[in-house]
Amino acid sequence: MNTTLAIAGIVIKELYRRKDFYVLFVLTALITVLMGSVTLFHDTHIVRYLKEMCLLLIWICSLVIAITTTARQLPMERESRTIFPLLAKPVTRTQVVLGKFLGCWLACAVTLVVFYLFFGIAAMSKEHHWPLTNYFQALTLHWIMLGIVVAMALLGSLVFSATSSNVTISFVAVTFILLLGRHLDKVAMQIPQPASGALQALFFTIPHLEFFDLRDLVIHDWPPVRWLVCLKAVAYAAAYAAFFLGAACLLFRRKAIN
Amino acid sequence: MTRDTAIRLDPPKPAGQSRVAQYALLLLLTVCFCLATDLTSWFQDWQGNRTESSNLMAVAMGDARRMFANHFFVKADAYFHSGFYPSIYDNQRSFKTPHIAEDSGAMRGKNTGDETSFLGPPRNWIDSFGREFFPSVHTHLNEGGADGEQKEAEVREILPWLKLSSQLDPKRVETYAATAYWLRRMGKPGEAEDFLREGLRENPGNPQLLLDLGRLFFDSRSDLIRARNVWEAALRNLQSATAEHKDQNKFVEEQLLAASAKLEEQANNPGKALGLLERLKAISPNPQAIEEWIEGIRQVMKPKPMPAP
Repeated sequence: MNTTLAIAGIVIKELYRRKDFYVLFVLTALITVLMGSVTLFHDTHIVRYLKEMCLLLIWICSLVIAITTTARQLPMERESRTIFPLLAKPVTRTQVVLGKFLGCWLACAVTLVVFYLFFGIAAMSKEHHWPLTNYFQALTLHWIMLGIVVAMALLGSLVFSATSSNVTISFVAVTFILLLGRHLDKVAMQIPQPASGALQALFFTIPHLEFFDLRDLVIHDWPPVRWLVCLKAVAYAAAYAAFFLGAACLLFRRKAIN
Repeated sequence: MTRDTAIRLDPPKPAGQSRVAQYALLLLLTVCFCLATDLTSWFQDWQGNRTESSNLMAVAMGDARRMFANHFFVKADAYFHSGFYPSIYDNQRSFKTPHIAEDSGAMRGKNTGDETSFLGPPRNWIDSFGREFFPSVHTHLNEGGADGEQKEAEVREILPWLKLSSQLDPKRVETYAATAYWLRRMGKPGEAEDFLREGLRENPGNPQLLLDLGRLFFDSRSDLIRARNVWEAALRNLQSATAEHKDQNKFVEEQLLAASAKLEEQANNPGKALGLLERLKAISPNPQAIEEWIEGIRQVMKPKPMPAP
């Protein structure tokens, strides 16, 4: 466990040494502040459009950070040949994969806390109340969802030869699931077999990342989701993350390093 | 062999060749300058030149922006329902006409079916579980919103999208009409009037916008004279309107006649009100109700029997 945590620590240090997070955060803050400074029809309490834009930017930025950080971990170790001294130590390949996953996932947690804190302040400046439970649920489920994405990107870094292809394919897959995942079964009902069957199979196979997207509930001040439902969603995410991680460990164990 | 030594440097070019290249560059620069001076004058006169426009959207997107105007109008309607809105994959029969436009009288409603259950029963466990994570209950922002306890003023949240929609397509009069209606409902007649006048600047003499301006004078300012003048102008403009938007013009005419009749009734001009109602009866989809209205006015007009001496 200590070995895994040590590897994770290095990944987190890498996040704050690189400029990606700072650039994305400043960009998000700048756009949000600019949009927040607009007063429409002399009404200073209009806030939902600002919440929507800010949350959209947070989601995009978090996905960029999660996918790009994860996708370069193992290829970078191989290219710079630091993987050899690492594996020469009493570290198993499974520990390397788990450490990389944990590091990337915790790095996402750090960025999300900063982003959501900013979001909370921006929203409160206009609506003068802070629905902490809603924000906490949104942040937690968002982070849990990023766990699946990080595990998926980690597996991708072992499957695809280039980092760029892994990043592109991961982005396309995540965007597809978030935008269309919920509707695949409806589309399947309107098309003939065998395409319908294939789409149904895809619908039940893909990880439904939209379960973790509470943006609409937060934007429109809906009551919090029941905790039992949240727990079920966490279990669902854990199963998918474990599957992707297991596959990544298996692949990495069999993979020739040079 | 190391990487550094592998880089092969080209031998330096002779001075003559280098000078030719410099002259060629100079010549190209001169050609560019001449063309620029010629094209600038043409560009200033060109109809498609966007630099004159003060609208940032128009400069950035050109006419393509009109495609997105409807999207943002629908988004305002989605906000009105606190996010409970059908996607393109759902049954949209009950949301064919945006409710914010239907309620404001900006568009004739074409909605059918149950607006509360477009999602239908859950199709599978993923669908059932997924409904916990997005708005899946029908609510209106002016009737308590998502938790049923929000104030009517929360309806202001639709305004940014309506404003954006109007900027993307200034010729879309429904946007101005719906926005003005909701601004009036929020107790902002000044802002509503400004917005309608903005719409009238883009669409001079538009009957729909004049109808709403008259409503503002009549309902919010109790200024019957200005309301009458505006509605009379709208009726005149309707007569000269093209057949392009026949259905919408008929819908506006019905509303104009009804509103004018109500005004005349209130101003104690029953004769004038009856004349307007007769015109309305001829085009109304519900002539029975208009007939009852006419009967009501006639009853009031009947001379009361003199009390017996």
